[in-house]
Amino acid sequence: MNYLDNLIFAILLTLGVGFFVKNIKKISRNIRLGKDINRTDNKNARLKNMMMIALGQSKMVKRPIAGILHIVVYIGFIIINIEVIEIIIDGLFGTHRVLRVLGGFYGFLIGAFEILAFLVLVSVSIFWIRRMVLKIPRFWNKEMKGFPKNDALYILYFEMILMSLFLVMNATDVPFQQINSGNPISQFLVPFFENFNVITLFYIERAAWWLHIIGILIFLNYLYYSKHLHILLAFPNTYFANLHPKGQLDNLEAVTNEVKLMMDPTVDPFAAPPEGEENTIPAKFGASDVTDLNWVQLLNAYTCTECGRCTSACPANQTGKELSPRAIMMKTRDRLEEVGANIDKNGKFIADGKELLNDYITPQELWACTTCNACVEECPVSIDPLSIIIDMRRYLVMEQSAAPTELNGMMTNIENNGAPWQYNQMDRLNWKND
Amino acid sequence: MNVPTMSEMMAQGKQPEVLFWVGCAGSFDDRAKKITKAFVKILNKAQVSFAVLGTEESCTGDPAKRAGNEFLFQMQAMTNIEVLNAYEIKKIVTACPHCFNTLKNEYPKLGGNYEVLHHTELIKSLIDEGKLTIEGGKYKGEKITFHDPCYLGRANDVYEAPRELIKKLEVELVEMKRCKSNGLCCGAGGAQMFKEPEKGTMDINVMRTNDAIKVQPTIIATGCPFCNTMMTDGVKATNKEDSIKVLDIAELIANTDDL
Repeated sequence: MNYLDNLIFAILLTLGVGFFVKNIKKISRNIRLGKDINRTDNKNARLKNMMMIALGQSKMVKRPIAGILHIVVYIGFIIINIEVIEIIIDGLFGTHRVLRVLGGFYGFLIGAFEILAFLVLVSVSIFWIRRMVLKIPRFWNKEMKGFPKNDALYILYFEMILMSLFLVMNATDVPFQQINSGNPISQFLVPFFENFNVITLFYIERAAWWLHIIGILIFLNYLYYSKHLHILLAFPNTYFANLHPKGQLDNLEAVTNEVKLMMDPTVDPFAAPPEGEENTIPAKFGASDVTDLNWVQLLNAYTCTECGRCTSACPANQTGKELSPRAIMMKTRDRLEEVGANIDKNGKFIADGKELLNDYITPQELWACTTCNACVEECPVSIDPLSIIIDMRRYLVMEQSAAPTELNGMMTNIENNGAPWQYNQMDRLNWKND
Repeated sequence: MNVPTMSEMMAQGKQPEVLFWVGCAGSFDDRAKKITKAFVKILNKAQVSFAVLGTEESCTGDPAKRAGNEFLFQMQAMTNIEVLNAYEIKKIVTACPHCFNTLKNEYPKLGGNYEVLHHTELIKSLIDEGKLTIEGGKYKGEKITFHDPCYLGRANDVYEAPRELIKKLEVELVEMKRCKSNGLCCGAGGAQMFKEPEKGTMDINVMRTNDAIKVQPTIIATGCPFCNTMMTDGVKATNKEDSIKVLDIAELIANTDDL
């Protein structure tokens, strides 16, 4: 017996899975560069969200065409991958279709895979048409140029090729076709291979088998570079999502402490700091770089699959403003990748003269937001672009005093007379007698 | 119109059932003051025991917080909470969804715990409890569409109370294509009310008004003083002020009885 095949297979499998694990560790390290935030409360509600939104795809169908097609691809992806178990066993031990011992059930299983593979092919083709022929606007916003655009297409091509290889592999497997069970789709491909002799068919089948599993391993490792990471991260992302009402912003604790001190008449403003705290750096208010964001916000950035539902619902974006919530997520991820690469290279982060603010996200984008929560509502995997926008506004206002002039006026009025306009607080009840 | 203040109530040794938080727009903006008065008339008619803070009220801090000024927000919040807690306030009603959201969601962690209602929720419960009745005849034949305020709808999932009130007016309630959780913002939130919009191709309030115009209403109903301003301006900008009125739900209800 020739063990070379099995050895090559084992090496490829180890490399494929090994690189994948290495990259996942890198992602996990990068996410943990974020600030701490407690999202471990209320486990039942979290689990329920994950089951409904990630596993159950409940928010996908809000846009029915894309939603239903996506569910087909999603179910197909999960179920067809059961076949990988057989491929791995066959590959490692030199068997062929080892699960055939399951008898009639095997035919049912493979038959189901074939039908799903066909449906996935159809769905993915429609996705391609929506993107490239119908040119649905949210796929053509300005942030969708270059790699983001190609990334989406590569994923579709990958899926088309993988599904085709699976069907060709079955169609050219002569003994499998002879059993004539579990081949509801591939039997229609058999006529294309009629004129090939048995040896050629054998090699086509082997080639399709090898390319299929190699393709899967390549795809697995492509995830790290791609928006397609959502197939994994949608689960933790929905689990750790915000459970409060959408209108509720967090109250910065560092600020609470300062304000309490300020309002406490017994505090001596000239007192020396307590022993041991002389040199502590005061907390930075808001976010100017990815490490100022919390880890859930960074997880959000890796989870974003750039579908653009948020941006297409954003009132600022629809009226031609610079802001695109999707771009906020993409830029956060790009910057986080850059910081991660910097750490990989230098062992720790060495200042590179860049920040998320200004070098990636501009104040014009941040000041265009109406905080209406449409982006948060739209996201099928519970990403919260608004929280990043608010944290960056906080930095602009509290650390840089860089609010637009009119907003400075508004805030001065609140400070002086308790209203955003210049009215005397003593006139507050005048409406009664108007 | 009977508008007692908390200090007057306290002087008489009385405690109202509910505090009416008027808000800055409701106190100072000429258009919003009409909404305030309409709501007070409803409270008076239903004989609700209420009071206002009057000159002791101050901005909740919402626009400052959304603009990023957490300091100013928390100073406002803590000052207001001191006042509210000193008066032992348990229940607050407000006609402004921004005040509503801030009081309800962002004050508790700073020590301010109150039951907070939007005015449409309170009016609805007054009707449900039989304390207020509405004669629907006044608006017969009108076609009303409701613009969901972001801070009432998406932010706090209150969609039905305002709609149920409109239905009681015996009018045709028509929904815009984008409504409820899909509603489009009027453009005022997040402190945008107090600044010029960033550079773009269109104003958000005009886009939203166009949404409304498409369903050919005679009245656009609102539940927020800022939405009211934005939609009123949008109706003017599209030269529809002769055929479309913009009214708060409190005004619609108060008008039915010529209050």
